[in-house]
Amino acid sequence: MMTYVVRRLVGTLPVLFLITLISFGIMHLAPGKPTDAAMSFNPKVSLEARQRMEALYGLDQPLMVQYRRWLGRMARWEFGRSFLDDRPVGEKIAERLPVTLTINLASLALILCIAIPLGVVAAVRPGGVFDRLTTVLVFIGYSMPSFWLALLCLVGFGVVLRWLPVSGLHSLDYESFGLLRRGLDAAWHLLLPVLIAAFTGLAGLSRYMRSSMVEVLRQDYIRTARAKGLSERRVLFHHGLRNGLLPIITLLGLSLPDLIGGAVIAETIFSIPGMGRLFYDAVMARDYPVVMALVTIGALLTLVGNLLADVAYAYADPRIRVGAEPR
Amino acid sequence: MLPARVTRFYGVLAAAILLIVPPASGASSDSNPATGDAIVVGSIGDASRLLPILATDSASGDIVGLLFNGLLKYNERLEVVGDLAESWSVSEEGLTLTFTLRPNVRWHDGVPVTAADVRFTYEQLIDPAVRTPFSSGYELIESLEVLDARTVRIRYREPFAPALESWMMGLIPQHLLEGQDLNTTPLLRKPVGHGPYRFVRWNTGELIELRANPDYFEHRPHIDRYLYRVIPDPATLFLELLTLGVDSTSLTPLQYARQARHPRIERAYHTFRYPSFGFTYVGYNLQDERFKDVRVRRAFGQAIDTQAMLDGVLYGLGSRATGPYPKESWAYDPSVAPAPYDPKAATALLAQAGWEDRDGDGWLDHDGQPFRFTLLTNQGNEVRRQVAELVQQYLKAVGIDVRIKVIEWSTFVHEFIDKRRFEAVLLGWNLSRDPDLYDLFHSSKTKEGEYNFGGYANPEVDRLLEAGRREFNRDARRRIYQDAHRRLAEDQPYTFLFVSDALPILSARFRNVVATPIGIGYNFIDWYVPREQQRYRALMQP
Repeated sequence: MMTYVVRRLVGTLPVLFLITLISFGIMHLAPGKPTDAAMSFNPKVSLEARQRMEALYGLDQPLMVQYRRWLGRMARWEFGRSFLDDRPVGEKIAERLPVTLTINLASLALILCIAIPLGVVAAVRPGGVFDRLTTVLVFIGYSMPSFWLALLCLVGFGVVLRWLPVSGLHSLDYESFGLLRRGLDAAWHLLLPVLIAAFTGLAGLSRYMRSSMVEVLRQDYIRTARAKGLSERRVLFHHGLRNGLLPIITLLGLSLPDLIGGAVIAETIFSIPGMGRLFYDAVMARDYPVVMALVTIGALLTLVGNLLADVAYAYADPRIRVGAEPR
Repeated sequence: MLPARVTRFYGVLAAAILLIVPPASGASSDSNPATGDAIVVGSIGDASRLLPILATDSASGDIVGLLFNGLLKYNERLEVVGDLAESWSVSEEGLTLTFTLRPNVRWHDGVPVTAADVRFTYEQLIDPAVRTPFSSGYELIESLEVLDARTVRIRYREPFAPALESWMMGLIPQHLLEGQDLNTTPLLRKPVGHGPYRFVRWNTGELIELRANPDYFEHRPHIDRYLYRVIPDPATLFLELLTLGVDSTSLTPLQYARQARHPRIERAYHTFRYPSFGFTYVGYNLQDERFKDVRVRRAFGQAIDTQAMLDGVLYGLGSRATGPYPKESWAYDPSVAPAPYDPKAATALLAQAGWEDRDGDGWLDHDGQPFRFTLLTNQGNEVRRQVAELVQQYLKAVGIDVRIKVIEWSTFVHEFIDKRRFEAVLLGWNLSRDPDLYDLFHSSKTKEGEYNFGGYANPEVDRLLEAGRREFNRDARRRIYQDAHRRLAEDQPYTFLFVSDALPILSARFRNVVATPIGIGYNFIDWYVPREQQRYRALMQP
């Protein structure tokens, strides 16, 4: 098992290298320079001042030199400093990560809690009333533009009913609150973003769960279990679910990079300073160090996620584990 | 695009002409204003660097303007007056500026502000390793001497009147920054200033909090706290207005014309309207044979119905431009009348210039070539896109075929403007309060990356723009720039379209908000909220 993991890990390195090379190239091919926003078309900024700034950021160097420098820094796990505010990129990411992780973990947990039972129950009678009803429901969530839903909820719960705050992450006087009140305040502010993310993300997992369960419930061992006289609940959740969960595990592994990726539109509407806005703003401002750091981390997590999914899969399904074990 | 940072604080809070103010909020004669409360300002963008010489975006400028002062500032009548400078003088020939600092100004950590800080600020501005874009304004300085703790003398290589505006740059503290790398100093995130407000905290992308400086040299501001909330989505920002979550922000013309008429908003807020210092224009490539002919450019000015354009696109929230200055500028020449909308006269002028529809296809032609050109504008500006379409319609009516091309900003600047690959552009300029237009219209400013990209060259205008830079006397300068205004209106290197209005909205509970030509923000430290109307009183622990 260990050799398998190590072999897979080593295999990811060239992929990672290629991803960074291509991203770096595309980023620099995009028109514009990081110095544009602040400096171009401002009569108070002379041509010389602009050229000097470009030199200070190393932007006057050939692309390959810039890439080599970046690679050199990456080898020491240094992301460099943002062009936008000259802060270390690591610090900027660390600042945004907690809120994005909180929202994504909370909505993922919510999705799992709802999608799994939903899928299992729907699979009992495929095409039945419950199955059709939930299908319609999750696809409404899936196809509804989240920004529109978010704005409707803001108007409803924030402006008309005044139950929830309109935007932001904290109340203005958050700093003066005690620990308990801080927690409640954060939950109060994050409620809508999490609920909306969960509602719009429900479709995928619940559909996978359903189809995988439908498949499993047709298997011989389920008939055997029923024939043994086991209760329907035990058949479904003990014998059925364990096997039906396999594709979900794969999906979860693949969604690892999504955990740190924020939803730009939702973050913008709710005024949440998360990873999505960090990335979006960095791309718009051509803030190369931040973009490259996020792309690299995303790529790394995708590769690790794939690996984890395979390992977890092997763990959950002895047949794969045995097959992969080199003798 | 933004001018000197000194004007930026007014971006959110300013108003030069107060159009809609119920009597209750006007100037109050209350001699004993209540202290307390907070102002919550909503902004689309977050700040990035909180040191004056490195603050390039408007959000940073808003905050820095409350934390730091310059030696000089504009007063409410747009005159240059002392700020940190108690007195100042310009030598006879305009080559030497002498500033004497106020004796009682201290940094927020208690250290006095001295002439050494002025020198330090200047040294950082011209240091090639410091990433400031503002160095250009200080290139003509020959020497800066500290005469004593409160006096500096600055010699210039040649007289340079816009230099006064350059000394509105906020001073930075030598005792805290000396020996540090300014580009990465922790003070960028935790600034120590000397202005009316002190820095408290900055939650990135979320909130910046400032607190009144009790030792401010004028007097303690009455509003205790200044909270700058980052709300990137305009729709959300509007919902925050509905729930009184923000006290002040700037509105778009659409929001001003439609949403701000919501009864809940009308009850709780006052809206303001004042011309911004800037204008939208159609600029021509004067290397192009067709646009070289001033008759063609004048005909365009008459063929376009600017007033209808203003009403349709900006809901009337702007004014027609006759030249580069808004009416509020002292350089504006009121005798220049806007060109009347007269398509017939335009057709006649074009015919004089040789453009007639000879082949009967509906388009004007000359030497067998139809009058067809591409109007370029940048992506992401809805107003400009609509204006471009209207220009296309109006010119079509006189037989000119306009193609519109909307291009991403960086490509637009570097590939088309800088390389002169355009026939006509639709753009806007934001200008500072100083009327100097050397960079825009002087014939020497036509290199790649410079701003006379149309290639305008008029020796008379050149002479005026040079003279305006050397003249410190305001009346003499006024005559110079009014002359330049007239000549630009005649030559029409641009078709000057309109000046759009800035549209701030402010909670009605603030008093002592006075309308002046420079806006409402200039006396922010005098604003107050009557005790019974204070919203954030309960939260005011020190």
